[in-house]
Amino acid sequence: MTQTATRYDRYQADFVHFQKSLSNGDAWLNEMRQAGVESFSKLCFPTAIRGNEDWRFTNVGPIANRQFAYPFEQASVDAAQVKALSPWDDGWVNLVFVDGRFDQGLSTPAMNRKGPYIGNLAALSAAGQAAARQHLGRHVDAAKNGFAAVNTAFVRDGAFVALPDGAADLPPVHLVFVASRRPQPSVAYPRILVVAGRNSKATLLESYVTLADGAYFTDGVAEVILQEGAQMQHYRLMREAAEAFHIGTTQVRQEKDSTFTSISFARGAAIARNQLHVALDAPGASCFINGLYLTDGTQHIDNNINIDHLKPHTTSDLYFKGILADRSRAVFSGRVIVHKDAQKAYALQSDKNLLLSDGARINTKPSLEIYADDVQCKHGATAGAVAEEAIFYMQARGLDVETATMYLVQGFAREVIDQIKLDGFRQYLELYFIESLPKYQFRSKNQGP
Amino acid sequence: MASTNGTKQPLLEVRGLRAAVTATGQEILKGVDLTVNVGEVHAVMGPNGSGKSTLVNVIAGRPDFAVTAGQVHYAGQDLLAMLPDRRAREGVFLAFQYPVELPGVRPWQFMKASVDALRKHRGLPEIGAREFDAMFKAAVKEMEMDADLMKRSVNEGFSGGEKKRNEMIQLALMEPRLALLDETDSGLDIDALKTVAAGVNKRRGPERSVLLVTHYQRLLGYITPDFVHVLVDGRIALSGGPELAHELEAKGYDWLKESAGTAR
Repeated sequence: MTQTATRYDRYQADFVHFQKSLSNGDAWLNEMRQAGVESFSKLCFPTAIRGNEDWRFTNVGPIANRQFAYPFEQASVDAAQVKALSPWDDGWVNLVFVDGRFDQGLSTPAMNRKGPYIGNLAALSAAGQAAARQHLGRHVDAAKNGFAAVNTAFVRDGAFVALPDGAADLPPVHLVFVASRRPQPSVAYPRILVVAGRNSKATLLESYVTLADGAYFTDGVAEVILQEGAQMQHYRLMREAAEAFHIGTTQVRQEKDSTFTSISFARGAAIARNQLHVALDAPGASCFINGLYLTDGTQHIDNNINIDHLKPHTTSDLYFKGILADRSRAVFSGRVIVHKDAQKAYALQSDKNLLLSDGARINTKPSLEIYADDVQCKHGATAGAVAEEAIFYMQARGLDVETATMYLVQGFAREVIDQIKLDGFRQYLELYFIESLPKYQFRSKNQGP
Repeated sequence: MASTNGTKQPLLEVRGLRAAVTATGQEILKGVDLTVNVGEVHAVMGPNGSGKSTLVNVIAGRPDFAVTAGQVHYAGQDLLAMLPDRRAREGVFLAFQYPVELPGVRPWQFMKASVDALRKHRGLPEIGAREFDAMFKAAVKEMEMDADLMKRSVNEGFSGGEKKRNEMIQLALMEPRLALLDETDSGLDIDALKTVAAGVNKRRGPERSVLLVTHYQRLLGYITPDFVHVLVDGRIALSGGPELAHELEAKGYDWLKESAGTAR
């Protein structure tokens, strides 16, 4: 145990320093931070091999064994660089966070008064505080998740998106989290709280981008609450450096007749995990969760999706696709639980993978646990190479093997990309996707005469 | 039907061609000899399993078959030394018996990429989007294809007939010197058959040769070949003019199987 304690000393020391640096210590936030650091002291990171089913295929040892410094000194970054890296539209409400710290200069001024509040968590009015306090830290279980716990210990800046009942015709909200180039390996704790009022409609894009190379660590937490009839289009872009580490924990709670549609795109990072938990907590709540991930080199991307059907007439539809090259590895774990009361639940899940080399590996584990008797559920997973037959067909039309493979890989991804309704993001991905295609080593018998 | 001045110019010369299934080593072609001159239309007929489809697929370079002996020359070049995509860029086109679905690949983009690959091979710049679009639309219309279908993925959700029409659209756009049609008539209703046949007939001429494989005489009622060959057990058992197709229609293939057996 003493050895484990030393491994995390850096976080504890930084926490002490962090507490001192806080000028205005709101009691409720301080309590939350304290609870976070205490949970983290007990939980640490889930490095155990035995009895650790949830992290069975993802070894976070490389994160635990490194020293990541809290970025006390705020870095300044160039607006043009941020705009070039992320999907950006001046017509959106853009909130920019550099190493987790809010950058007012790069962000759209906070919207409030009677309308929605879209701004920094750390700059709330008394009323805003009251609203945030109802939800912040109440949905993500920091007592069970070491990554969420340490994020909560360091909670300060963050995005707070509060949409009043009936809010509609809002510009898309874009939350940009930039990792800056820092002198030492650093950690950032992005934090998001979204409370969508009754029958509100909104589009939310989270972008995780980087100006850094080498190792750094992004440990994000998002809590999203959709009240009755709320509809949210949610997008998540992860574009981290090749040696970075990224753990994102998202907790969604859905009330009656609310709809959560999410499309995530993941690229980069030595180890990344997109951990999403959706609680369908009232009749008529539906979620549609789509994802696309690309890995190469020795990268590792883990999509860990948990859906709880808690009430009758709830729907979940998971659709993930992966493209894996070299000796990279991906993990897909879709755990859908249909609870006893959730009659007439409808649950679908699918994970399809394209393996571009013999050394690439996918561990896909779709699982359904059904405790109700009147439900419709389906799950499936596939993994395969690019079809030789399709390659030959395209060769017979004059395209060389490399070009043919590129078309097929793009076609494979297009199914997910085409579903993006936010034009600026879809157009960004169409370009970035092609540019970021793994350098595959496709060996085909079609290549030799 | 060769060149008008009477001198025949060979485009495709197949000599002693033997080929086997790559995976199993089972020999399918057991010594095929065939010459297709510039501008000629040849039909290859034969019973199931005789090697008709294998012949055109080997010419196109399908990796499922390995050539074990013999030669194939195309416009004087060693075709077997070329990769399948190179063969296509040199002007060899195979209309597939079972066209392949390409999920997420758009027909327009795919066919423009094909046309551009051929143009690049000839030292020409990429075709302009507008010019290509006009060609594309004309070909879709000519083959009486549903234009909305062509906004989806290549061959995905197409009926058997639509897939064959789509092959003909690609043939029209790629303007091959040698068109290999692999059972293009199978699975076609009479209207589709007429459209496909009209498409082939329209493209007959001194700059194009056609080698079509068919099990039935039906297609030959619409496309009159210059020569008919009958393939039995991996060898050409009989060659003749268009009248041979009618004879086969009346007599079937069994009598040829017997004679092929005794000839050995």
